Amino acid sequence: MSTETTTAKVAKKEKEALFSAKRMKLITDPLNDNNPVTVQVLGICSALAITVQVKPSLFMFGGVLFVVTLGNVIVSLIRNLIPSRVRIIAQLVIVAALVIIVDLLLKAYAYDMSKQLSVFVGLIITNCIVMGRLEAFAMGNKWWPSLLDGVGNALGYGILLVLVASVREIFGSGTWLGFQVIPQAVYDMGYVNNGLMILPPMALIVVGLIIWIQRAKNTKLIEAN
Amino acid sequence: MMEKLEPHFKEGGKLHKFWPVYDGFATFLFVPGHTTQKGAHIRDGIDLKRTMITVVLAMIPALLFGIYNVGYQHFQAIGQLDSVSTGDIITYGLMKVLPLIIVSYAVGLGVEFGFSIAKSHSINEGFLVSGLLIPLTCPPDMPLWMVAIATVFAVVIGKEVFGGTGMNVLNVALTARAFLFFAYPAYISGDKVWISLGGENAVDGFTGATALAQFTSQGPNITNPVGQPMGFMEGFIGLVPGSIGETSTLAILIGALILGLSGIGSLRIMVSVFAGGYIMATLLNLLSSSFPDNPYLTVPAHLHLVFGGFAFGAVFMATDPVTAAQTAIGKVIYGFLIGAFTIIIRVLNPAYPEGMMLSILFMNVAAPLIDYYVVQANIKRRLKRVTVKAA
Repeated sequence: MSTETTTAKVAKKEKEALFSAKRMKLITDPLNDNNPVTVQVLGICSALAITVQVKPSLFMFGGVLFVVTLGNVIVSLIRNLIPSRVRIIAQLVIVAALVIIVDLLLKAYAYDMSKQLSVFVGLIITNCIVMGRLEAFAMGNKWWPSLLDGVGNALGYGILLVLVASVREIFGSGTWLGFQVIPQAVYDMGYVNNGLMILPPMALIVVGLIIWIQRAKNTKLIEAN
Repeated sequence: MMEKLEPHFKEGGKLHKFWPVYDGFATFLFVPGHTTQKGAHIRDGIDLKRTMITVVLAMIPALLFGIYNVGYQHFQAIGQLDSVSTGDIITYGLMKVLPLIIVSYAVGLGVEFGFSIAKSHSINEGFLVSGLLIPLTCPPDMPLWMVAIATVFAVVIGKEVFGGTGMNVLNVALTARAFLFFAYPAYISGDKVWISLGGENAVDGFTGATALAQFTSQGPNITNPVGQPMGFMEGFIGLVPGSIGETSTLAILIGALILGLSGIGSLRIMVSVFAGGYIMATLLNLLSSSFPDNPYLTVPAHLHLVFGGFAFGAVFMATDPVTAAQTAIGKVIYGFLIGAFTIIIRVLNPAYPEGMMLSILFMNVAAPLIDYYVVQANIKRRLKRVTVKAA
């Protein structure tokens, strides 16, 4: 599931501040140095499928934020009750329940979006980020760090989603979040939207380009040859 | 002059950063003064630049014919063919084709130079060929900015991310064309784009459909844009609508001869592509009576080979030494499958009247696999021989 090796932290003697530097790192780390999509390469399938426009990716981000954060908290709270042999099944039940809640909420309050995201809401359950965080972090940490970790990873995922979706929507449809950003005058000069941007392969290429830029800028990620 | 400039680019000189650019130009103009530093397997007077120049030379007939044909199609479509001179036809063609070539070269070489400077490796000549192939695979009225974007995409995504010339998995020119095809389908497919009208009205009964598009709807009984019937000879000579360089099988075969005689393009691949296409088309022909609702099935095999980009792809694209299979048997399999897949895509998928581009790109990806199995089979065979002897 996850190749990451976050191990359980040693229990601390003194009480730590709610937002200590160490805990803030749980949120900021996944944004760049340990981004779930560009560094750990998890959750790629949904990043390809729903990033044609910005709006669905925002909803997807919301769904994942909800599932990862709550899943992390719940698993963390009951982590000592889960027998380790059946822990994956136990985690799956929790995630599945949360995903169904998201799905039903979307159907009730944002039906169009629910149709547009279609199967990918249900597929949050197979999103490697979710299971990866539960297995690698929540199983060995208290609920508050787990919550921060969930928020951080969902943010890291969401930022990338919105980034990819922005590139694809601006160049593929000339809009951003539904607003026209490329003025009509440019179209009159002969500009045409790029049809390839709407096709899934381009999402992969855009993700690849983002990884390229990130690795060029972030020296921590440069691997020794 | 080059010698006088050289010190500026040497280590410590003011313009050292641009050494790759200088080196690129100097070796382009003169035979390079340095030789291969490490042990090369084969010593030969030919280097990458001469190889590339030969390929460019081989494309010249197709290019010249393409220029003439763009003008010819234009004046035929507006019904003035009898009143204009050959000079007018060529001038019109040049006006359409030259900008495409200039844009493609300027943008592509710009990107290559940029990468060479940023990565401080020497400039490769791979783009000399790709830069001419890209415009030759475009319709004459392709907007220039699209060509520019496609070229950037092809050079960066198709080549530089894999490590530059010689490392690319996909043929660079075809990557550019595939980009155009999927990004701007309205400008590179359909009936409207293949003949440059230049804003003038077409004659009555005019149709801009290419031969392949007509195959899809009416089988082998096709006409040229002004309604006269077309057959094998018309396709072979090539005064038909299509992408700039692809129409004339004759001009392409002259190029094939140059490539084959100089030993630069693999004749083995070319022949097997044609063989694969011919055999597959013949097989599909046999099926035509069982499926009367697909007129494309009735198109005889020899027409498949002369219309569309079949010959162009077989000669200039499939033989790209970087992306093709490397082993002798592998080349035959690779070529045969390109031909066969092209015909399958053409005939059985109504959305794509032309399959050459997709089939070559597909086989580009498969080429290493073919080589792997050919080599493994060879190892196995020889191993068997050894063990039998030992026993």
